[in-house]
Amino acid sequence: MRLELVKRPQHSKLFSALSPFIAFALTVIAGAILFALLGKSPTAALYAYFIAPLTEVWSLHELAIKAAPLILIAVGLSVCFLSNNWNIGAEGQFVIGAVTGAMLPILYPALQQSMAAMPLMLVMGALGGAAYAAIPAFLKARFNTNEILTSLMLVYVAQLFLDYLVRGPWRDPAAMNFPQAPRFTGYAVLPEMMPMDGRANAGIIFAVVAAVLVWLLLNRMLKGFEVKVIGMSPRAGRFAGFSTTRMIFFSFLLSGALAGLAGISEVAGAIGRLQPSISPGYGFAAIIVAFLGRLNPLGIIAAGLLLALTYLGGEAAQISVGVSDKVVRALQGLLLFFVLACDTLIHYRIRFVSAVRDATEAKGNV
Amino acid sequence: MGNTPPGATSDETDLLLDVRGLTKTFGTLTACDRVDLDIAKGEIHALLGENGAGKSTLVKMLFGTLTPNSGEIRWNGRPVAIRSPGEARRLGIGMVFQHFSLFEALTAAENIALSLDARTPISQIAERARTLSVNYGLPLDPDAHVGDLSVGERQRIEIIRCLLQEPQLIILDEPTSVLTPQEADKLFETLERLRGEGKSILYISHRLEEVQRICDRATVLRHGKVVAHCNPREQTPASLATMMVGSSVHEVKREAAQAATGAVLIEIANLSQPAKTPFAMPLKNISLSVRASEVVGIAGVAGNGQGEFFEAVSGEVRQAAGTIRIRGVDAGLLGISGRRLLGAGFVPEERLGHGAVPGMKLSENMLLARHKSDARAFLRGGALGVIDRSAVEATTQRVIKEMDVRKSAEDPEASALSGGNLQKFIIGRELDRTPSVLVVNQPTWGVDAGAAARIRQALIDLTRNGSAVIVISQDLDELFEISDRIAVMSHGEMSATIPIAEATREKIGLLMGGADEAARAH
Amino acid sequence: MFESILLTIATAATPLLIAAIGELVVERSGVLNLGVEGMMLMGAVTGFGAALATGNPWLGVLAAVIVGALFSLLFGFLALTLATNQVATGLALTLLGIGLSGMIGTAFVGQPGVKLTAIHIPGLTDLPMGRFLFGQDPLFYISIVLVAVVSWFLFRTRAGLTLRSIGDSHTAAHALGIKVIPIRYAAVAFGGACAGLAGAQMSLVYTSQWIENMTAGRGWIALALVVFASWRPWRVLLGAYLFGAITIAQLHVQALAVSDIPVGSGPMWLVSESGRWLLELLKSVPAQFLSSLPYLATVVVLVLISRNRRMTLINTPASLGKPFVPDR
Repeated sequence: MRLELVKRPQHSKLFSALSPFIAFALTVIAGAILFALLGKSPTAALYAYFIAPLTEVWSLHELAIKAAPLILIAVGLSVCFLSNNWNIGAEGQFVIGAVTGAMLPILYPALQQSMAAMPLMLVMGALGGAAYAAIPAFLKARFNTNEILTSLMLVYVAQLFLDYLVRGPWRDPAAMNFPQAPRFTGYAVLPEMMPMDGRANAGIIFAVVAAVLVWLLLNRMLKGFEVKVIGMSPRAGRFAGFSTTRMIFFSFLLSGALAGLAGISEVAGAIGRLQPSISPGYGFAAIIVAFLGRLNPLGIIAAGLLLALTYLGGEAAQISVGVSDKVVRALQGLLLFFVLACDTLIHYRIRFVSAVRDATEAKGNV
Repeated sequence: MGNTPPGATSDETDLLLDVRGLTKTFGTLTACDRVDLDIAKGEIHALLGENGAGKSTLVKMLFGTLTPNSGEIRWNGRPVAIRSPGEARRLGIGMVFQHFSLFEALTAAENIALSLDARTPISQIAERARTLSVNYGLPLDPDAHVGDLSVGERQRIEIIRCLLQEPQLIILDEPTSVLTPQEADKLFETLERLRGEGKSILYISHRLEEVQRICDRATVLRHGKVVAHCNPREQTPASLATMMVGSSVHEVKREAAQAATGAVLIEIANLSQPAKTPFAMPLKNISLSVRASEVVGIAGVAGNGQGEFFEAVSGEVRQAAGTIRIRGVDAGLLGISGRRLLGAGFVPEERLGHGAVPGMKLSENMLLARHKSDARAFLRGGALGVIDRSAVEATTQRVIKEMDVRKSAEDPEASALSGGNLQKFIIGRELDRTPSVLVVNQPTWGVDAGAAARIRQALIDLTRNGSAVIVISQDLDELFEISDRIAVMSHGEMSATIPIAEATREKIGLLMGGADEAARAH
Repeated sequence: MFESILLTIATAATPLLIAAIGELVVERSGVLNLGVEGMMLMGAVTGFGAALATGNPWLGVLAAVIVGALFSLLFGFLALTLATNQVATGLALTLLGIGLSGMIGTAFVGQPGVKLTAIHIPGLTDLPMGRFLFGQDPLFYISIVLVAVVSWFLFRTRAGLTLRSIGDSHTAAHALGIKVIPIRYAAVAFGGACAGLAGAQMSLVYTSQWIENMTAGRGWIALALVVFASWRPWRVLLGAYLFGAITIAQLHVQALAVSDIPVGSGPMWLVSESGRWLLELLKSVPAQFLSSLPYLATVVVLVLISRNRRMTLINTPASLGKPFVPDR
């Protein structure tokens, strides 16, 4: 028995829409099996993961908080991946964005009383992320260096740099040897929108606005057309007069800026200060969000909420069912696998070939 | 049952290959419909037909890469079932494909070794290959890396690889499409030598004069059926063509060529360009002028810099100022968009992946080439560049109608169209703008005869409007049909142009082989 | 002292070497498997766990190899049979490996493990440089043998030629009747086995414990090493040792005092003085900067090797990363 792929003459619109759902369903099934193997009740665990976090208002706020950086980063990544620029270093751009944005409250603490503080911080965060992303972009454009490896290496460098800052020059003297920078105050804190109900801040609004704007770019504007052409067929892109070099910079700077913005939003909002660990791997989870959302910013909003749900669910399940929160990471990885596998159905039909038929029909042709 | 070769008895066991009623269907499409064919020992047999006639399907069944649905194949009188290329080789059938299966990073000997059994050491294979190649007049160096070889030399590897397995029947698929006339002559000598040794050849071609020259008999296919068995020497190219196409082929109508007197619309002066990659061809000092209402044809075998020349002229690669002038304006520093704004249009050799994006719809592919030139019609909102879908779609449908593009949906993806239909769309996309200068690379490659004739006529009609056309083509027949003047590209250099009335196939052939060094100056 | 530094370099280099040589074979067949980091972590956690459970480090090694190979087949099924995008699939494998190994390893954190002990050949090991040549852990010797075997296989056997031909053009190989997908599956499994083995080295030799994410990017560095080596086995050895030295630098800088470097006499004075100067410089730099040296060095090395586009074009397997679906 063998599995064979037969190319479809055109992409299947049906599967383009269905594949994320099929992938999610498969992941849920895999999760159920996993929980059973771990000796926990599958239904209890699945409920804790996917339903329980949705039942309380404060929990919905937490969902928004977790989803915001995922969506912001993934939207930028969608532009990158669509143009065949593989920015895997969003985690690093997130960190650097947090650092550059935090420069204001840490180096000029008095400015935190000014209303200009937050907009300045956000802009600096975005610029910092963009500048950091410009490094792998430049190396690819000028030296043809593989951007996956360079952007990834820079993630480790960024994390180490943050560690250095927070333990060294930016350490809060009042914090009794805890490695962290001074807490942000005044206007340097991203305020909660509805403090009575939960902690959600404007981050989720940035995320949704960014998603809508990028969707418009990709689907209605010539620039978006350029992104897709260069990604699908660089030679045709040159024929159209598009510059692949400019696109490298455009996509990396855009996604770097969005990742940087996510970084400073997270640090000025949910966390409130700079510390060695400011991201539970958002930059990498955002890759999954981008693919789950089929590289469509509107789909990414939904996918981001879904993945945020798994983060929350993991924390909840740890308490209620006794399952380690590491399981979440494993399930997220599985989800990406299923998404990619299901995407095959968009381009190919699957045919099972029996061994008997194999013997009579010859193989190999030009 | 075909007519028996002259002088032979009707005893069937003299036949090397006897195919009866061979049929192959793919779903609802019948690619081969009860095909009969026979080949005697020591015969060169032509298989004629245009693209889509069923030649490759038939031949794939003979070579074991496809299995027939019904019918019989007899080899030396015995019925056989050929289930794989390995079995075909064991019977004694060898094949040289039109598209080579060679590994660029490996040597010729290694390439040959990969298609033979695993037991013989490569050094031995290299020696045998070298000896064989010299014997048959197609010398090759076993230690050369394929990436460094010309197309003609690569074909030799394929032929030697085939001959090393000592076949009795050799199938050749369009072998001269990649050769200069002189190299083709050398090949014919080799084929005649093989025939003298008692081997047989099945020669697939659409080049009728060649077929008349070397083939003893011919089988003509049309829409999967055999329409004739004949002796090509008793036919004319026109009668053969009619058999292949089924009706008299549309003759391209054009006025008698006169020396053009219009303005010079595109002028290329001393264009030189270094090779971009190790396998590319540098361009050396190319000069060319084309006037209004003129068609200049550029002949040459693949791999002599045509693609690089096209890239240079289209602006995908830019030049120094003064090298190229379009309508009198200096275009050297401009990119392809800038040149389009000057009124030029371009059609590259590759449809999918260069002229069109395979996964995108036709309307999106319309935008691909015309977003700059038609910005006022197709885009709104100034710098934002918001796409006006209805405007783009309207233009797309207009081109589809004008060029009679056959498709299965309203606005299908480019990859869903057949080669000929996609080419009609791509050319139509440019013609719709009535460009002052049109540069086309291989306008009818892989396109069926009907669409090809339509395309050639469209190119000529364009000149009636005063446009200048440059056609780069490997098909000399095509160039002779539509050009006013003809030049030849060889090793990155271009010869001076020759008025079509003075050009002969021989002269052009020599230039293609690079023989005429003197005729280089403009 | 010099020898003990060399020994630490060898121990740091070995996992890079093993993972990189495995990936080299995979990429020579035209497949790009970015999941090395994930496969290494799976190998590390499995190796540690199996060794802990059985008390036998060799069973740990065996388990790591098998798990690495099986894990890579997951990638293989998607990338080869379903023809998915290889970059995304490799990333998925890494993310899954990080998550899965973290999950499996929660029970192992803080547990003392079993160490794969170094060999000792009486007589030879006690010679000068004897420990380096004859007294290392078995995986060191296996890593060198692996490089030799892969080099011989790729360039001196017909099977290796076939594999390389697939990497050059899978369409041409298919047209010749070569079984592209089964051979690629075998290559991928070999790469997975090597990555698993490299992971086992980290949890059984380099240290003998399990720490979450303990490979800290070595899988990615291994990928860069393959590019740096222009897909040639012996150059991978060179790169791995270079990077092993850089990786281990931070520990040595912290451990050494300037006074530990003996003042040389005569011509050696220049060497020892530069050494002392360098050590002082490195000690004055923040520890995090030293830790980031391997990653920065990787970027620098990648830039240097890819600058020469001509060399890149000639050496890169032409069908690398392209999905293969045979026409039917």
